[in-house]
Amino acid sequence: MNPATQTVPGDYRQPRRTEQVILFTVGEHLFAIAADSIAEIRSTDSLAGAAMELTNSTVPKVRHTAQRGRSSYFVVRASLHFRLPLTRPTLVFILRQTRIAVLVDAIERMASISKLSALPQAFCGEERQWYRGLTLIDDRVVPVVNPMGFLSAQEIAILDEAVAGGAVEALPEQESTIV
Amino acid sequence: MNATLEVVAQSFVLLHLGGRRFALSADIVAELVQPGRVFTFPHTTENLEGVLVRRGHIVPICDFARRLLGARLTDNRYYLIARRRFSLGIEWIALPVTGQCELITAEMLPATGDYAPHVAGWLSHEGEIVEVLDLARLTPGPLEETLPASESTPIEIHP
Repeated sequence: MNPATQTVPGDYRQPRRTEQVILFTVGEHLFAIAADSIAEIRSTDSLAGAAMELTNSTVPKVRHTAQRGRSSYFVVRASLHFRLPLTRPTLVFILRQTRIAVLVDAIERMASISKLSALPQAFCGEERQWYRGLTLIDDRVVPVVNPMGFLSAQEIAILDEAVAGGAVEALPEQESTIV
Repeated sequence: MNATLEVVAQSFVLLHLGGRRFALSADIVAELVQPGRVFTFPHTTENLEGVLVRRGHIVPICDFARRLLGARLTDNRYYLIARRRFSLGIEWIALPVTGQCELITAEMLPATGDYAPHVAGWLSHEGEIVEVLDLARLTPGPLEETLPASESTPIEIHP
């Protein structure tokens, strides 16, 4: 028997599972998000025509809704979500299986990760909702964001109420930007 | 029943922070490492500076000097890697210290109510009273659940 094809009894090792992530930036920080959690990536310019302003939003990080097909998405500013200084986003991630879209500054590249480490327990603030964990990419620690963590169910309910109460307005043409 | 206090000599790591000395039980100290690359990302937990990578582990860095001294340690920073007990098990945590750490053997007396909650006890070393730190109360994160009174170990006190 060719040794190269010989199997070792009891060796049930599976090929290592990997996950495709998109590396994106907000301000000076690099984040990763599972590629399969994103339905579409648009430029903020292209989204502007489909955006409505939430005039009385009580969730400061959401000031707009965006339409995609028949669905409406709450647009979250990632800089405010992560408590960072305001940035100038150029892209919008429209997330799958949620009603959330996220404004980010730029995409760095795609990467493949094979290990996701749990967030150390010493981190006990809001970041526990923000991140699925941490990963090492090119010897750099990168937080992997939790797509469901951008808005809580309570925040979505509040925003739904604002929309139902008529707090949305189409953006004037001269100001057709969601940035 | 006679209460007795049993004082046993233990090993401690003595840390120098801003002109003061503190002690940690040597049992929980893994190693002292040179300053390396620190990674930061947004979070809202106080006194966490970021993380470092050590032996394949992602280790949070807790600036405990800020809580002990009211100021961040800036000079001669090394990292003392210690094991911190959390509600979901033990994890490593990196503590910025000056490079001058020493291993001593001493007898620790338990802290009374006069001490801050993060002081587990105190010991006398070279004529100085040194506080022994309780990492679980000094660093952020969920505390390990305490045992119910019926299951806790009784303390013997010998005069």
